[in-house]
Amino acid sequence: MSFETNKSIEYKPVVKTEHMVLNMGPQHPSTHGVLRLELELEGEIITRVIPHIGYLHRCFEKHAEAMTYPQVVPYTDRMDYLASMGNEFGYAVAVERLLGIQVPERVEYIRVIMAELQRIASHLVALGTYGADIGAMTPFLFCFRDREMILSLFEMTCGARLLYNYIWVGGLSHDLHPDFVRKTRDFCTYFKPKIKELNDLLTYNKIFIERTANVGVLPLDTAINFGISGPMLRGSGLKWDLRKDDPYSVYHKFDFNIPVGEGKVGTVGDCWDRYWVRVLEMEESLKIIEQALDQLPEGDVTSAIPKRIKPPIGQVYARVENPRGELGYFIMSDGNVNPFRVKVRAPSFVNLGVMDVLCRGHMVADIIAILGSVDIVLGEVDR
Amino acid sequence: MMYDFFLDLFGNEILAAIVTGVTPLLFILLFVLFAVWLERKVSAHMQDRLGPMRTGWHGWLQTIADLLKLIQKEDISASANDKPLFNLAPILVFAGSYAAFAAIPFSSYFIGSNLDLGIFFIIGISGLVVAGILMAGWASNNKYSLLGAMRAAAQIISYEIPTILVVLTVVMITRTLNLHTLSEMQTGYIWNWMIFGGPGTGLEKFLLIPLMFIGFLVIYTSTLAEVNRTPFDIPEAESELVSGYHTEYSGMKFAMFFLAEYANMYAVSAIVSALFLGGYQSPIGYLGNLIGVSWLVPIEQFFWFTAKGAFFVFVQMWLRWTLPRLRVDQLMALCWKYLIPIAFVNLIIVGLITVL
Repeated sequence: MSFETNKSIEYKPVVKTEHMVLNMGPQHPSTHGVLRLELELEGEIITRVIPHIGYLHRCFEKHAEAMTYPQVVPYTDRMDYLASMGNEFGYAVAVERLLGIQVPERVEYIRVIMAELQRIASHLVALGTYGADIGAMTPFLFCFRDREMILSLFEMTCGARLLYNYIWVGGLSHDLHPDFVRKTRDFCTYFKPKIKELNDLLTYNKIFIERTANVGVLPLDTAINFGISGPMLRGSGLKWDLRKDDPYSVYHKFDFNIPVGEGKVGTVGDCWDRYWVRVLEMEESLKIIEQALDQLPEGDVTSAIPKRIKPPIGQVYARVENPRGELGYFIMSDGNVNPFRVKVRAPSFVNLGVMDVLCRGHMVADIIAILGSVDIVLGEVDR
Repeated sequence: MMYDFFLDLFGNEILAAIVTGVTPLLFILLFVLFAVWLERKVSAHMQDRLGPMRTGWHGWLQTIADLLKLIQKEDISASANDKPLFNLAPILVFAGSYAAFAAIPFSSYFIGSNLDLGIFFIIGISGLVVAGILMAGWASNNKYSLLGAMRAAAQIISYEIPTILVVLTVVMITRTLNLHTLSEMQTGYIWNWMIFGGPGTGLEKFLLIPLMFIGFLVIYTSTLAEVNRTPFDIPEAESELVSGYHTEYSGMKFAMFFLAEYANMYAVSAIVSALFLGGYQSPIGYLGNLIGVSWLVPIEQFFWFTAKGAFFVFVQMWLRWTLPRLRVDQLMALCWKYLIPIAFVNLIIVGLITVL
């Protein structure tokens, strides 16, 4: 009897409906490179996001096994090409730990200055392209104008603007240009008001807040479960920064804060918070640069570079705070001149994993806002 | 009127009709050439750049060079396109915006057709643009184009409502739909413009001033949305939908969309200035009247009308290069929750004032 009743209320849809599958990328203006997102849409509402990666895979890790230790440095540049200094820094720290050598103070200070300048440059690209994704083109060009000045500083130091090959294992390729300290100070004084300009133009814009506040909220426990790091994790409210929590190089000598998302205009961990953390981090980086310039010791930057790098058998995991998060190098040595295994823990790759969780239930336009706030570099995701 | 003038000049009805029809087209082409260059320079200077500098003095030939490039380009159409609709869509979009120019009074003589239903005709004929955009999105057989076209249709149709409501408030005061008559009523000095309460006098005019200001803001916001400019450029949001409904178009067909967009920018600016800012009327009187050269007056009027239109086009550019873009649901919320109620209340109050 009950079986029959059940049958009578069985629902048979008259019209067959299905979700639309939209392929976003790899050729799309807002995927920040060659990312392909497979979107499942119901109207404009997203029901599923599947990121497809691998369009920029260059076998870095396998390649490194055939190279001597110093030869790997230029390849690390090409991973997160917006933060090459940070990549080299991490690799140098890892190999130096493996070798068990100390580098001169001056080298460490210059490395920190370069890494922090690179952080500002990288965040400027992140913030600028984020504005462009939301539809504001002018902040994008303002950010690039300021980034240009940092690139000029790098060019003055090592002759390259994007891929530097500057931080070597045990030292640096060149000492600083005689004008570098003065010009960097000039940049710091020039750049401080520009952050305010960016805030006036974009950060506190009503439309920008409407588009980013309460969008793509990443709760802290989800963030930790997914292994998120960097500004994304701090945007969710956790004070976690390797420069403070696992100090490397000379970061323990500087006084700076770790900005975290507070949900100032929306929920903690929304797109606006992640954006805002990056803005504040630029100010903190400026603080570090100024302190480092004040304390910059004299000395030789190439004296500690080993003639022949042949680490003892063993393995090391070293991590640094890159602009996008925790960049970790796992290096295994079998006592030869080339590493036995190099594995990179790329922050962009890990951060990208949370896209599906962030995007569900939002609209197509929000995908762009969320992806921009995750701030990926495909060179690093695919390596 | 212009037709009569050309009829007198040529003595041939067909020739006069053709010349009357072509003159706005000439104006559109020249204006678009200028506006595209201006947009580049305005955006460049706002962004600490120089913009085009190589082609001609400060790059003023750049648009012409671009146009030559577009003409030479291959006319690509994908095999899965709906061919007839794909070819018809750009023409329809451009026809819609071109036809609107027929009833726009550039001066007391330069008006394509002195329709009694002028403003009504413009709003009606602009509806063709929506059909063209939907056609383009559908015929491209591209998901991005289709999404863009659906957004555009929803947006333009929604924002027509506050536009029409504000137009109605003006019409209730002036009791005419004829744009020429409407402009003539705002003659004299700047305080006779509709934004300052119109040609009326006394308490009625005084009460109308704030309402007219609100109406002006509402209509300007909704016309921005109707021509898909930032912050309402959602249909062609390049960061989301590549370039929306005209993603698949290239060469001259793309140029048609481009032309229509800039023509529309001017058309809506012209309507706003005709309704609220005295149309072709000068704010400070005419030099022609002062020195007794009567043929100078229409030329001055043409100058004022073009200047007012160009000013609003400049404001559109200004907004475009300053503001981010709204999301599609926020855009609809702005229209239905704010602009339409405001326009309605405004309409009712203006109605009461004019009746009493």
